[in-house]
Amino acid sequence: MTAILNIARTEWRRIFLSPLAWAVLAVVQFITGFVFINLIAQYAAASADGSDLGVSDVVAGSLYGFATVLLLLIIPLMTMRLFAEERKTGSITLLFSAPVSLTEIVLGKFLGVLGFIAVVVVLMALMPLSLAWSTDMDWGRVAAGLVGLFLLMMAFAAAGLFVSSLTREPTIAAVASFGLLLVIWLSNILAYNDSVPFKEVFSYLSLIDHFESLRRGVFATADVVYYFLFSALFLWLTVLRLDIERN
Amino acid sequence: MDTEANEVLIEARGLTRRYGPTVAVNRLDLTLRKGEILGLLGPNGAGKSTTMKMLTGNLAPSDGDVRIKGVSMREQPKLAKSSLGYLPEQPPVYPELTVDEYLGYCAGLHGVARKDLADALASAKRDCGLADVGHRLVGNLSKGYQQRVGIAQAIIHRPPVVILDEPTVGLDPIQIREIRTLIAELGRSHSVILSSHILPEIQAVCSRVMIIARGLVVYNEPMAATQGDASVIAGFKRAPQAVQLAGIDGVDGASPLGDDRFLVTPRKGADPREAIARAAAQNDWGLIELHAQQRTLEEIFVELTSGDLRAAA
Repeated sequence: MTAILNIARTEWRRIFLSPLAWAVLAVVQFITGFVFINLIAQYAAASADGSDLGVSDVVAGSLYGFATVLLLLIIPLMTMRLFAEERKTGSITLLFSAPVSLTEIVLGKFLGVLGFIAVVVVLMALMPLSLAWSTDMDWGRVAAGLVGLFLLMMAFAAAGLFVSSLTREPTIAAVASFGLLLVIWLSNILAYNDSVPFKEVFSYLSLIDHFESLRRGVFATADVVYYFLFSALFLWLTVLRLDIERN
Repeated sequence: MDTEANEVLIEARGLTRRYGPTVAVNRLDLTLRKGEILGLLGPNGAGKSTTMKMLTGNLAPSDGDVRIKGVSMREQPKLAKSSLGYLPEQPPVYPELTVDEYLGYCAGLHGVARKDLADALASAKRDCGLADVGHRLVGNLSKGYQQRVGIAQAIIHRPPVVILDEPTVGLDPIQIREIRTLIAELGRSHSVILSSHILPEIQAVCSRVMIIARGLVVYNEPMAATQGDASVIAGFKRAPQAVQLAGIDGVDGASPLGDDRFLVTPRKGADPREAIARAAAQNDWGLIELHAQQRTLEEIFVELTSGDLRAAA
């Protein structure tokens, strides 16, 4: 356990020592902030017309719904280096010759990225928080949205970690994880096609459908379990992949 | 204490590594006792690095097993690796961390307790001459210093076995000397395996030499064995005939090397240098150079690795 935490701490530190993390956070914050202000302005205009939407619907619903697309783009950038760069520079040998198991290495790296994701979630939480002084927010709703974002990013990160373990080129890892995530994301379009057999399965497997209920403020165990299973699957695949590398 | 001094720290039996049809390392046996420094030599692509990767658990052998302090790398890799320190060809450093942060991380990885961390850090930095650069970023250090950081990483947890893959590559001559001194010091309290292309380096620090060619061990002897039959180089202002030199007491034969220098082969167990000096003074040959030359590792190396037939034998 100490080994996992040690690796996670160093990974988290290295993420924030790279300008990439700050650039990504800045861009994400700028774009979501821009969308946030737009949504608020729209909401203000709509409420004058007597709309029954709450402000929490706008923030947690629309803003976080939009954020998922942005996060799909940036999480591959954050996970691309995890193994690919270490392999390229040869520093992976440090981990492989240390008395730590592959599972500990993978979990440590994963926790390190989760630390970054936690920071993104905090930034996402700041926007509704800024409204707290002027209006009553439905905090449960906002929290469900944030939990959803965290779980979604966790799943993205696990897949990205796996793809990063397949190659030694960080850019290839980024492109490939983006592609992989998008395919899993879009698998729900098959569900709209009646001629596809087992179409419900594809809808169920899609990354984004499980976010919908959380976005609407419904905390369903099935969706949470889906994200955990999804992450566990890719972490396990990563361990397998690293084990193959030694053989 | 005596039994402890003979403790076997690394034992590899029948180590084989195949990459598809190519056999990189073929049935390699290796035993390393406490306090020994083993030099691993071989031409490029002979299987040195592959061997070291297998010894450190970075690569699974296709056949055979490695035991570190009696613990099997296959069955209990974590326990076996805890007695190891490894510097690969590329120092496995993170350029964005400072030397202190990086070494602290390595110490943690190798299970150094938090309370011992400061001591471990200080002694590793002292041993590798890094005391002044602790706060600097690894990426900003010169190649030589990065190499030292790599060595510090390998010894920070004071493992009984240290494995260094070409530790002096990219260093300047002064740094090479310092690293050699460091390795010799390490050899007193740890067992060291060292690979290098630089033969004098192996000759200077190692107590045993292993030469690998095409994945096979072709030579595995204590360093002393290579030093048995020293020959003598003599240079003169007014050179005598080779036969005159051969007539001197204790000389078996002499062959001219050009430039009025001779390679003198002594009789078994004899040191003819004094006699040569005396003869030179008596005959006014103008002796300007006289020294013993050990049969160099280079000669052994070339002999064993150049001919295909010999290597196969």
